[in-house]
Amino acid sequence: MREINAKLITQTVKKLCIEANCYLGEDIKDRIQKFYEEEPWPQAKEVLGRIIENYNIAKDTDQPICQDTGMACVFLKIGQDVHVVGDIKEAINEGVRQGYEEGYLRKSVVRDPIDRVNTGDNTPAMIYFDIVKGDKIEITIAPKGFGSENMSRIAMLKPSDGLQGVKDFIVQTVKEAGPNPCPPIVVGVGIGGTFDKAAYMAKEALLRPVDVHNQTPFYAQLEGELLESINSLGIGPQGFGGKTTALAVNIEWCPTHIAGLPVAVNINCHVTRHKTEVI
Amino acid sequence: MAIKIQSPLTRDDAKKLRAGDSCLISGVIYAARDAAHKRLCQLIKDGKTLPFDVKDSIIYFVGPTPAKPGQVIGSAGPTTSYRMDAYSPDLIAQGQTGMIGKGKRGPEVVDAMKKYGAVYFGAIGGCGALLGKCIKKSEVIAYDDLGAEAVRRLTVEDFPVVVIIDSLGNNLYETGRDNYLKSLSEK
Repeated sequence: MREINAKLITQTVKKLCIEANCYLGEDIKDRIQKFYEEEPWPQAKEVLGRIIENYNIAKDTDQPICQDTGMACVFLKIGQDVHVVGDIKEAINEGVRQGYEEGYLRKSVVRDPIDRVNTGDNTPAMIYFDIVKGDKIEITIAPKGFGSENMSRIAMLKPSDGLQGVKDFIVQTVKEAGPNPCPPIVVGVGIGGTFDKAAYMAKEALLRPVDVHNQTPFYAQLEGELLESINSLGIGPQGFGGKTTALAVNIEWCPTHIAGLPVAVNINCHVTRHKTEVI
Repeated sequence: MAIKIQSPLTRDDAKKLRAGDSCLISGVIYAARDAAHKRLCQLIKDGKTLPFDVKDSIIYFVGPTPAKPGQVIGSAGPTTSYRMDAYSPDLIAQGQTGMIGKGKRGPEVVDAMKKYGAVYFGAIGGCGALLGKCIKKSEVIAYDDLGAEAVRRLTVEDFPVVVIIDSLGNNLYETGRDNYLKSLSEK
């Protein structure tokens, strides 16, 4: 049994919070650059140019790409041969607290959805644990902005709605969101499972690099087909019109009940942030 | 070619702008978002004085990141505007002439804009680092307890925006998409 001190988790979470918010991932940057080059509509190309300029300024000045530095979504894959010494949840929240303070990140969390008093340190984090083989811990931080989170939807479709029903719901969700979630967006989709599992998979899908398709050929093809449908809506970057409405569609799926066809769509903006480290 | 705009913005000048115009704003604007709007509108309801002169003002829907040492302000891009739809008509009736945000607005806001003469600008969402650089002065003038949601007086220079909805109700989100799609069918 390998022992890992909770303090190491705090340090790692703190570092990842800052890095994820200031430095956009290479996969997203490459995709934005590619779509910038391919965009046929002048206004859309101009917006994409500004977006590229912005993430370069953020990198060069070590400051947040976007002022909505998000709710800290923290994903831990804990090896079953690891023993954490200390309070693991408190260690994660302490890492978020330190990262958001020392990284000059915005504190965007309220203690109660109704009374809405800011907690002042961006805690609590949204924490998801998974147990895997091995003696390491993989920590991923995905700061999630709410302009795009608010445009996310879930539907409990009927089995008879089938593939066409799934496609229609996903494209319709993007169409209704229009300019609100800061397109070009990344579309995370969860198909199957239960109500909650579908939503979780949609969020998990956003952690996959945008240049990696689902491993199942059928769903990989569906990702490509949906991206094409979404990019023929004409919404364009920021909703000013153009081709580039989405940068990628990432689907996760799992078995479901004979009576159900859950579909969740979790929308992310062009500042799709996630950073991972293994300790 | 971008149109240069001075803020405060008079009703007459606001009425000259058209959806799709690229503009560069210089002068004093005010930062306020959800929680601040709620308080401002309560003051209007109670007949009390607002913490700044709303007449001819431009309000920027923004909650910036904290400034690092030596910085005026941190990252400061727009937040989604529809959450202010419940409040904007009351402020427009008080004389507000401009709003900066991103995303769709409800019919109640567009009606107030047409009735009184106001304009809705879009700044590029997710470009907080770039937009923060156009803010030359920042001062919290009310609701310090709200943290990122406090009301700030901002002095901006050549702050880049696009007119999304003008005082006639023309909407770039509709015309931009339609023109792009039309260009494809004409090929």
